[in-house]
Amino acid sequence: MFYIYCPYCGEHREEEEFHNHGQAHIERPADPDSCTDEEWGNYMFFRKSPKGLHHEIWDHVAGCRKFFNVTRDTVTYEIKEVYKMGEQPKVVAE
Amino acid sequence: MSQKNRLQSGGRIDRSKPLTFTYNGKQFEGFAGDTLASALLANGVDIIGRSFKYSRPRGIVAAGAEEPNAVMQLGATEATQVPNVRATQQELFSGLVSGSTNGWPSVDNDIMGVLGKVGGKMMPPGFYYKTFMYPATMWETYEKVIRKAAGLGRSPNEYDPDTYDKVNQHADLVVVGAGPAGLIAALTAARGGARVIIADEQNEFGGSLLSSKESVDGKAAGAWVASVVKELEANENVIVLPRSTVNGYHDHNFLTIHQRLTDHIADRAPNGQVRQRYHRVRSKWVVLATGAHERPLVFGNNDVPGCMVANAVSTYINRFGVVPGNELVLMTTNDNAYRTAIDWHDAGRKVQAIVDTRKNPSGALVEAARERGITVMTGSAVIDVQGSKRVSGVSVAPISEDGSKVTGSVKKLSADTVASSGGWSPVIHLSCHTGSKPVWNEDVLGFLPGKTVQKQLTAGAINGTFNTAGALEEGKKAGLEALSKLGLSAVEVDVPATTEVKESKAMALFHVPHTKPTSQAPKQFVDYQNDVTAAGIELACREGFESIEHVKRYTAMGFGTDQGKLGNINGMAVAAKVLNQTIPQTGTTIFRPNYTPITFGAIAGRDCGALFDPERYSAMHKWHLENGAKFEDVGQWKRPWYFPKAGESMQEALNRECLATRESIGILDASTLGKIDIQGKDAREFLGRVYSNAWAKLPVGKCRYGLMLKEDGMVFDDGVTSCLAENHFLMTTTSGGAATVLNWLEFYHQTEWPELEVYFTSVTDHWATMTISGPNSRKLLEELIDGDVDVSKDSFKFMDWKPMSVAGVPARVFRISFTGELSFEINVQANYGLHVWEKLFEHGAKYDLTPYGTETMHILRAEKGFIIAGQDTDGSVHPYDLGMGWAVSMNKPFSFIGKRGMQREDCVRAERKQMVGIKTIDPNVVLPEGAQAVFDPTASIPMPMVGHISSSYWSACLGRSVALGFVKGGLDKMGEKVYYPLVDGRIVEAEICSPIFLDPKGERQNV
Repeated sequence: MFYIYCPYCGEHREEEEFHNHGQAHIERPADPDSCTDEEWGNYMFFRKSPKGLHHEIWDHVAGCRKFFNVTRDTVTYEIKEVYKMGEQPKVVAE
Repeated sequence: MSQKNRLQSGGRIDRSKPLTFTYNGKQFEGFAGDTLASALLANGVDIIGRSFKYSRPRGIVAAGAEEPNAVMQLGATEATQVPNVRATQQELFSGLVSGSTNGWPSVDNDIMGVLGKVGGKMMPPGFYYKTFMYPATMWETYEKVIRKAAGLGRSPNEYDPDTYDKVNQHADLVVVGAGPAGLIAALTAARGGARVIIADEQNEFGGSLLSSKESVDGKAAGAWVASVVKELEANENVIVLPRSTVNGYHDHNFLTIHQRLTDHIADRAPNGQVRQRYHRVRSKWVVLATGAHERPLVFGNNDVPGCMVANAVSTYINRFGVVPGNELVLMTTNDNAYRTAIDWHDAGRKVQAIVDTRKNPSGALVEAARERGITVMTGSAVIDVQGSKRVSGVSVAPISEDGSKVTGSVKKLSADTVASSGGWSPVIHLSCHTGSKPVWNEDVLGFLPGKTVQKQLTAGAINGTFNTAGALEEGKKAGLEALSKLGLSAVEVDVPATTEVKESKAMALFHVPHTKPTSQAPKQFVDYQNDVTAAGIELACREGFESIEHVKRYTAMGFGTDQGKLGNINGMAVAAKVLNQTIPQTGTTIFRPNYTPITFGAIAGRDCGALFDPERYSAMHKWHLENGAKFEDVGQWKRPWYFPKAGESMQEALNRECLATRESIGILDASTLGKIDIQGKDAREFLGRVYSNAWAKLPVGKCRYGLMLKEDGMVFDDGVTSCLAENHFLMTTTSGGAATVLNWLEFYHQTEWPELEVYFTSVTDHWATMTISGPNSRKLLEELIDGDVDVSKDSFKFMDWKPMSVAGVPARVFRISFTGELSFEINVQANYGLHVWEKLFEHGAKYDLTPYGTETMHILRAEKGFIIAGQDTDGSVHPYDLGMGWAVSMNKPFSFIGKRGMQREDCVRAERKQMVGIKTIDPNVVLPEGAQAVFDPTASIPMPMVGHISSSYWSACLGRSVALGFVKGGLDKMGEKVYYPLVDGRIVEAEICSPIFLDPKGERQNV
């Protein structure tokens, strides 16, 4: 069970308070209507499943209800960093 | 005295406190301080179970958590039955009732044992797959027989009367294991001011020192242990947990500890005490000082009762004052195990011989044995033993220096006990739980903890440091390192003096050779609990299973309740030998939580019965109870399902409720509908983005129905949203979807459109909602309105809302309808809910105001073709599939969620499954929901299926069945036939029709 730092509450809390929302940094296309089916399909369905560093969205659902980003190693489950929505990760895969 | 194997003195038992206990219906006596295993051995009980596959008699082989055979059923009553408890870990108490978990009619005379002798050849590895595969229909029968014969304990058939607790804790340091390494680590950290939890699975702290004759700090080891425990207990920063197994080491230094508080006292926890406690601990650092398990050697008939692990024999002698036999033969690959022969000899019983597999052993212990006149046979091994219910003798033969073959003639010795030692396996289980791969060490002849990402330190035998002096040094070092990592200052701790014993090099031997090839030699057991033999592993390898994980699954090695603590390394060694590779090349299987079995009681804690899942009640729940409602679970809500009157069947009650509503008035408690208060200057824009229809022009005082879609265009929730003020809306959601919808809104606001100024607040519980529906509802409402508010047809129109005072309290009344009738939804502050509800009944009696529940609500809405999101939608239907294109506004400037998705090629093709009404030709037939539709009932099976029924009811108002369902291209097939083949063989003929069965023009609500 993870121990996650919520950047809004400023505290570590148990995983039970959080909910994973999958891969981070997927931007909704600005003009969906001009997307091809393939582009739209990629946006909706295609996700990375890296072995190693992964940037994902977590939601402090039983706490402050804020969404934020987590960089996590999917092999060791180490959390390398957390950062707020709109920010970019400092720890990235080589 | 019946305890024929009990010594007159010595050990950590209290001979002044005799305890009576029952084993397999017979009474025995032991002493306080005994385990069930030591008491059984004291009484000379040899057979404690029958083996899994071959039903061979089995005895106790170990003295701790690694015991594979002595797996007991405990419990004096049905309700207190506990299966699969290791007798070696169960402390004796007066009145303990125990039994072996297998053997029929008894463990001493077992019918399966005869079959086992005959049928052994019919049960090769993989026998499940080979023997019990066909015919498939017989599996359920096979399974029952296998399980009965398999010797697994049984669970109780009654509720557990005891209470279990869970506790969440935080610590600076958790020390796992209270042997010398763990004790000094905890002591060091505690002196440095760290908040420490030290846990050990045994009743007493001390680990290996409990069964050792060593002196520590110039005194008996026990005295040093007692002084450390005293200091730890006196330190308020330290939690001392005996009888507490750290069963799991999880991510981010999260540990689960299973503490047994009363299992050693009585069958049931006395005086309402908590029986077991489950500690969930988040620790900054962890020291694993989990010790090591001694490996038995694999030789012929090594499962005959009397064959034991060497150190276990010493433990029984030194700790419990029990010598489990008269004539001992010790087989060893190392010096360490000589202690066992010395202990046996010093207890006054006969050591026939020490059989050392090495050519020239020379350590201090070897000398000590020789000084006692004990025969030491070098370069030899016990290749098999004689006896069936107890060892009667052994065959000893010289072996080659590499241990691969027998090199000389076989000699027979008489013996009733064979102790064996193949060295020690570090207890790396917890380290493995975290995903750390163990690493083979050729000096230790065992796997050591590998690289870890956890904040984990290790000390003592887990590192292969098997001597007390080394364990103490490493324990202190780990304690100091933890202090440093925690940012605390180092402290002075003296490592107590111990006597150094020089040991000569051990031999790497796991599988003892026999004069015959392994496949023809007497059975050489690797895993006792699952009856896995060396020959079985060889066969598995020959059949092509080369990965140790495959060998494990094929032979079932390590699958038992003991998880292969004794046998796994030996099994890997056997596999390595066959595959002609090294043990590190063969690799190891990975241990997973839990280290030892844990009771369901401890896992559940208090989260059972009424506390299992929270229940949510509306403000009118009390009234529903008093008025005989039957309830339905909707999410966590308890919603009235229907309100039967005395003697009424469910259908009769529904018919009455439906008719009363359409003829006069019905009332529904709709409080559970999700309600989200939305405010902010961009609230309206936001609604336009998350709903499929237009919100830009909805005026204050108006309500609108909306469909919420996912990006793929599929409907996921629906509800009515009302404009309370220019920048203020109240959204309603389905009862089960409220939390999901709120999360959905927050997700889009926070991650996609943070620039919009909008705020969401769940107000579901703040409001009590009651819907009155039916031709008389306006009259009833008017009676209860305070003051002059006009709710007539033209000034309070359909889809209007107004604030007003109802029954003396402020209310929001919405003129919306889910029944197709004239209908008002009255919302009041939840605290006033019951008051208003009762007022409505007071005034409604003259209209025969009838309460109805979710089932009538479903019937009434289905008669009108209104969907239930989640029942008529399943994540694969978009608004046009539902015939609800009217709820989609394609011209909105912002491309709302779902718009692009539903324009995908597959979403716009013809012949999609579309929702229609389904009218059975026989009006009395009510189709089952989920029934599959076909166009051609004569088609050959499998028939092409073209849709299904999503909602289906008996409509009392229409005097016939009504159903909503999906049919391929259904919207263009009005009036056509469709067929529903049912499981009972009937084929129901039906006609596709409009989903609106009642009042298609909406005249009933427009009054």
